[in-house]
Amino acid sequence: MTALAALIRRDIRIALRVGGGALIGVLFFLTVVVLMPFAVGPDLALLTRLGPAILWLGALLASLLTLDRLFMADHDDGSLDLIVMSRTPLELACAAKALAHWLSAGLPLIVATPVLGLLLNLDAGATSAVALTLLAGTPALTFTGMIGAALAVTLRRGGLLLAVLVLPLSIPVLIFGVAASQAAISGPLSFGTPFSILCALSLTSLVIGPFAAAASLRQGLD
Amino acid sequence: MTLTDLANPSRFLALTARLLPWFAAATAILLLIGLYQSAMAPDDYQQGATVKIMFIHVPNAWLSMFVWSVMSVAALGTLVWRHPLADVAAKTAAPIGAAFTFLALVTGSLWGRPMWGTYWEWDARLTSVLILFLMYLGLIALWRAVEDPSRAARAAAVLTLVGAINLPIIKFSVDWWNTLHQPASVFRMGGSTLDRAFLVPLMVMAAAFSLLFITLHLAAMRNEILRRRVRSLQMAQARMTQAGRRSA
Repeated sequence: MTALAALIRRDIRIALRVGGGALIGVLFFLTVVVLMPFAVGPDLALLTRLGPAILWLGALLASLLTLDRLFMADHDDGSLDLIVMSRTPLELACAAKALAHWLSAGLPLIVATPVLGLLLNLDAGATSAVALTLLAGTPALTFTGMIGAALAVTLRRGGLLLAVLVLPLSIPVLIFGVAASQAAISGPLSFGTPFSILCALSLTSLVIGPFAAAASLRQGLD
Repeated sequence: MTLTDLANPSRFLALTARLLPWFAAATAILLLIGLYQSAMAPDDYQQGATVKIMFIHVPNAWLSMFVWSVMSVAALGTLVWRHPLADVAAKTAAPIGAAFTFLALVTGSLWGRPMWGTYWEWDARLTSVLILFLMYLGLIALWRAVEDPSRAARAAAVLTLVGAINLPIIKFSVDWWNTLHQPASVFRMGGSTLDRAFLVPLMVMAAAFSLLFITLHLAAMRNEILRRRVRSLQMAQARMTQAGRRSA
């Protein structure tokens, strides 16, 4: 237990300190959301309709960007080998790292959502709906992304391949996240159905992700 | 002749050298019979002659999913049973499966234009098959990203097993969602709803495509084994040249 807590604390501390791993994600989120109105046009009504989708796309791309540093930095300085060889089960260590990553990179995205919702002409209710679905869905993005990060950790130019591998697995999360947000904002369809499926996706990835990532790490590092 | 006997690459090469011509001949015969039966099949009362795209579209779609299942079994062979040729099977099946998926998407799109009025629709079945195609491409990219084939094998095996979750999603997508793509009419509870005049050519074409996959797969596995032999010979030669230079 203490080893895992130490791992989480270490990861969060590193993410908050060096290179601004947490803040880079928020900055990229901001960039994507700011670029959208330039591409789509300043029509406020259109932006309100597209708002949840733009926020979800920005969050997805921002979490893809920061997934790179989940294992890469540890692999470069050798601490990943120590983690793999240690006595704590590798599955739990991967889950701890993913949890730390979500706390340091996923939560700031959710905190930034209300501010960015203003840029997209979303009212308070809409923004809170999007933030709630992001809260339920970003763990799924982190834990399934961890699988791709573990697969790509030993490759030299693994960053782009990581995105290609993770994207098909993240599409269901995106679909249900936007569906839940749209259902909460306007819409005859119920909020509960897509939201429950979103929660189910997160819970499933919480279980499958660490096992798949641990298997990939073991095979990739020996 | 069990799978463990076939683990020896030389024996595998010898066996497939004898079997491959028979598989190729059987594929050609079944394809000819299937195409003839498809041509002779009656026109649909609604779709007319366009229904005959089904005899190419559906076997391609079935095979795109079947090939991923074959790769999943090969992935288990790599990770669990450590079968020496499992990674060869998995690596060579991926481009073939990607081709089947691409053809399923293209033939379906060409069928959709006259029938539905659109080349593409973002409904559950088409979207999940498109995701399957993207996963095939990602898998091929992963195979090529690692130099050593046996190390790439284990990473690709994990990705294959993770991606296998998509197969039941594709199969049941037409039941779970309100889709434009028609619901299951062949493999469903309560038996097929397809008339015999269409079911028989469809099954013959499906068998022909399966034999086509087996033929292409075995030929590709032979090529991959020979390719790896060439690679180890090249590396051995490079090592000898190095040693010769050092001692000279």
